Amino acid sequence: MAKVTYIEHNGTEHVIDVPVGTTIMEGAVKNRVPGIDADCGGACACATCHVFVDEAWIAKTGKPGSMEESMLDFAEGVTPLSRLSCQIAVTAELDGIVVRLPAAQH
Amino acid sequence: MVSRIVIVGAGQAAAQAAASLRAGGFDGQLVMLGNEALPPYQRPPLSKAYLSGAMGLDRVILKPVEALVDEKVELFLNDPAIKLDRSAKTVVTQSGAVHPYDALILATGSRVRVLNAQGADLKGVHYLRGIADADGLGAELQPGRRLVVIGGGYIGLEVAAVARKAGLDVTILEAAPRVLARVAPPVISTFFEGLHAEAGVRIVTGAKLSAIVGEDHVTGVQLADGQTLPADVVLVGIGILPNSELAQAAGLAAADGIETDADARTSDPAIFAIGDCASRPLVHYGHRRGRLESVHNALEQAKLAAAAILGQPRPVEEAPWFWSDQYDIKLQIAGLSAGATQTVVRGDPSQKKFAVFHLDADNRLLAVDAINAPPEFIVAKQVIARHGQLAPARLADMSVSMKEIGARG
Repeated sequence: MAKVTYIEHNGTEHVIDVPVGTTIMEGAVKNRVPGIDADCGGACACATCHVFVDEAWIAKTGKPGSMEESMLDFAEGVTPLSRLSCQIAVTAELDGIVVRLPAAQH
Repeated sequence: MVSRIVIVGAGQAAAQAAASLRAGGFDGQLVMLGNEALPPYQRPPLSKAYLSGAMGLDRVILKPVEALVDEKVELFLNDPAIKLDRSAKTVVTQSGAVHPYDALILATGSRVRVLNAQGADLKGVHYLRGIADADGLGAELQPGRRLVVIGGGYIGLEVAAVARKAGLDVTILEAAPRVLARVAPPVISTFFEGLHAEAGVRIVTGAKLSAIVGEDHVTGVQLADGQTLPADVVLVGIGILPNSELAQAAGLAAADGIETDADARTSDPAIFAIGDCASRPLVHYGHRRGRLESVHNALEQAKLAAAAILGQPRPVEEAPWFWSDQYDIKLQIAGLSAGATQTVVRGDPSQKKFAVFHLDADNRLLAVDAINAPPEFIVAKQVIARHGQLAPARLADMSVSMKEIGARG
């Protein structure tokens, strides 16, 4: 398990224990954290699981793949901290990670 | 006043309907009736990551039972609805339970089209629709075995890719002159035929099936020309049919799917139909009626029905969209290409990164098939939803970015 803090756009925090081997997206969806739609269920096909990774953690999440990068390019309000949360695999090193959710996913 | 809502079905559309009703403030009784033993799960991985073993059951489950309890959904599993009584406003299940409703959502899904051929009931002949199907097929995908896939549609191609990667000898039989003939343009069919050939899959197009042969377990597939392809496993993927019988028996309008209006409402104002089982007006295509077999459609109609039941504004409809994963290729489709009079290819298929745009005679964009090309997919999806026109010459010109095309046509 890794502790993941999801901060909604309105500031509401959700601290969730997410199993290693799943993704940041799955941790949110399975625990009804609002703000991540994940329409395609994690196939990197829809770009509706956009998050902003806390600056202190962004390096640890690794680099986005080329599909993810080009999907993200069209997400609203994209920044250098943007990732698609279905593409961030949860590992022990990510225990404590903080991600912020955008106002909307479309 | 709606205080009791029953959802018939426990798939992706049903799960979304429950979530949207609660998110929209519905605090009455919410009942979900499922045919299977599992709470709502995702179907797309069943022919992809779940079948290959890369994704376990816990990750395929969309809503664990606890999450539904948390959402105050009364979930009844393994108990199919067998009768809809519209005058009494009740649904009766196989076990005899009677569920009264003020509003009813039919999310009954679809079932596989069954192969009508001699030997089709032999052991080793599989279909793929639910978890049990995927488990049964997955157990048979052992290296060195021979798989014959009947039907070169998405299910057939995706299973072929998984099986080939697992080390099986794979042959795809397709009755049409090309794979994906019903759903994709020739350039996309050619691309996927090449991709599978490169991976070592044999594809026989124009194949006329004569019988499936074997004593107890399948041993081969016989074609009309007399040749028999040896087979240890057969997958039949020849399409799905909407589960509209419950609705039809209750007198609701249903031809190819349960007919709904733009709010997902059926011919009975208290009853809604969503997902694979529904035939809806396609708002971006002149409101002609159509049935869309996709996750996007399941989610969107669930949201439409929830909003209509709660008397809230109708969510804005997106262009229909869909995806398929085969090997390292991601196909993303937006829109519906029927009625297109011209296609424009952007990019180079030999680079495994290109898109096919479908336009009508007025250069209005109707659909895109994007291979490893997210910008083309995303921009096209937006342009289709606003019924926008694009200049074919600019689309074909890779020096004009998709952002520019999205902004200025």
